[in-house]
Amino acid sequence: MNPPVSKRRPYVRPMTGWWKKNPFFVEYMVHEGTALFVAAYALVLLVGVLRLAQGEAAWNGWLEALGSPLSILFHLALLAAMIYHCWTWFRIMPRTLPPIRVGGKRVAASTITAAGIGAAALASLVLLVLAWGMGK
Amino acid sequence: MSHELKRSNAPFFWLLFGAGGMLSALIGPVLVLITGVLVPLGLLAPETLSYDNVVALAQNPIGKLFLFAVIALFFWHAGHRILHTLHDVGVHAGTDAKLICYGLPLVASAVVGLVLLRLGF
Repeated sequence: MNPPVSKRRPYVRPMTGWWKKNPFFVEYMVHEGTALFVAAYALVLLVGVLRLAQGEAAWNGWLEALGSPLSILFHLALLAAMIYHCWTWFRIMPRTLPPIRVGGKRVAASTITAAGIGAAALASLVLLVLAWGMGK
Repeated sequence: MSHELKRSNAPFFWLLFGAGGMLSALIGPVLVLITGVLVPLGLLAPETLSYDNVVALAQNPIGKLFLFAVIALFFWHAGHRILHTLHDVGVHAGTDAKLICYGLPLVASAVVGLVLLRLGF
């Protein structure tokens, strides 16, 4: 069979900036974009582990770099992105989970989101206490 | 004519994406806060991240697993998410894109795993 040779020129809508035209999609791209910040922080930690393996002097150099104003500003940006990722992740979770029914009634989306945020808050508290303990 | 569906490997990468996303949603913010803000600014004692402390953490089996999970899964989450968002910026998620978006997390996971093992117990 011959492959179809078309003399038509079907319209293919360009992908550039399609999402900028609707605030919902702008927000979508922003929350998908938090992935870049997650990767950036993982890279910071990866370098940290490498420096740790290189000995105390290398580790202290990494700590010193973390103390620079640029690093602190960068980490404040990372923090904002992480918080937004947390918020949007649990906001979407009701749709990414299969329907959950308790006592015959479907669990509300707001409940699922609140449970997720609550779990994050609890985990954060635990880690803060552990970190505080490490500093004693 | 029989058309057998080819088994997809997508669920494997989706699982890593989901695990990384959940972990980063739960403890991403507090980890950034501790390592990037509180300790550098002295709001938590600098000794918190002292060499001895962190080596002890990395040599502890649970601590080692924690460090590996955080770093590896954060990378896998980001890789998968970026791969699928490429389409929205007009880049086709073909084999080249997959090689980078999954290849880099694979390399990172291998490096972190090896270094953490070499740090000993």
